[in-house]
Amino acid sequence: MTLDWPNFTPWSSLAGGMLIGLAASLFVVSNGRIAGISGLIGSLLQRGNEGLGEKALFLLGLLVAPLFWGVFVTLPPIKFQGGWFGLIVAGLLVGVGTRYGSGCTSGHGVCGLSRLSPRSMVATACFMLSGFATVFVVRHLIGA
Amino acid sequence: MRKLTAFLAGLLFGLGLLLAGMTNPRKVLAFLDLAGAWDPSLALVMIGAVGTAIGPLAWARRQTHSLLGNPMQLPVKRELDPRLVGGSLVFGIGWGIAGICPGPAVAILLTGHWQAMVFILAMLAGMLLFSALETRRWMPFSP
Repeated sequence: MTLDWPNFTPWSSLAGGMLIGLAASLFVVSNGRIAGISGLIGSLLQRGNEGLGEKALFLLGLLVAPLFWGVFVTLPPIKFQGGWFGLIVAGLLVGVGTRYGSGCTSGHGVCGLSRLSPRSMVATACFMLSGFATVFVVRHLIGA
Repeated sequence: MRKLTAFLAGLLFGLGLLLAGMTNPRKVLAFLDLAGAWDPSLALVMIGAVGTAIGPLAWARRQTHSLLGNPMQLPVKRELDPRLVGGSLVFGIGWGIAGICPGPAVAILLTGHWQAMVFILAMLAGMLLFSALETRRWMPFSP
């Protein structure tokens, strides 16, 4: 295994992670809700859910974050891999998978692990494993 | 007040993702690429996030209501069912293809990249597909 030292950002990633943890804490302590992005979006897509306003406002805050950021400093780089076909396939799998699995990197990864939830530990292990395996196949076996 | 804290929490969450570098799909993929030049940054994001949230969430578990009076809505499900495992495995495949998960997908939507728009539309379609399949599944039981 080789480490990508030039791109490794331990301090800003740790600080960013703490900010994410703070945000998840604020949402649960003040609103009593889990900051799981796939769950929040999913419940906005279904009828008859309570707390729609609060959920929508959380997502709005997330949506406008780069605009706030851009007022003070330039945005960090955003580089994509692959074309539109790969993005569509990936988006569909992420959409279906997070709803069946009841969560994503935020709900299971951040909030679930913080709650020491066994379900979230299993879910996080599963999506990490298939994420590692998929990148291995895409980059090193297919060579895309 | 609850609306304000909801908005602030979302905003902080997005700023955290940006600061952490997690809005860059290439950086996320570099974490998932164990056989290539590996960038462990995402592990530090998780450590920072969980280390910060573990105390407040432990507090929340013992409460019936939030500080602003909402009922505490923490997941109650305990069983490790095939849906959890299968869904999470499928999510990981999509995550591994594009390097984008739902949080960053929303956070990069307004940065002017067409790829973000394509991804999120597909993701919403996937979620709607789930809802449609679930509705069908429960149809025989509804009046």
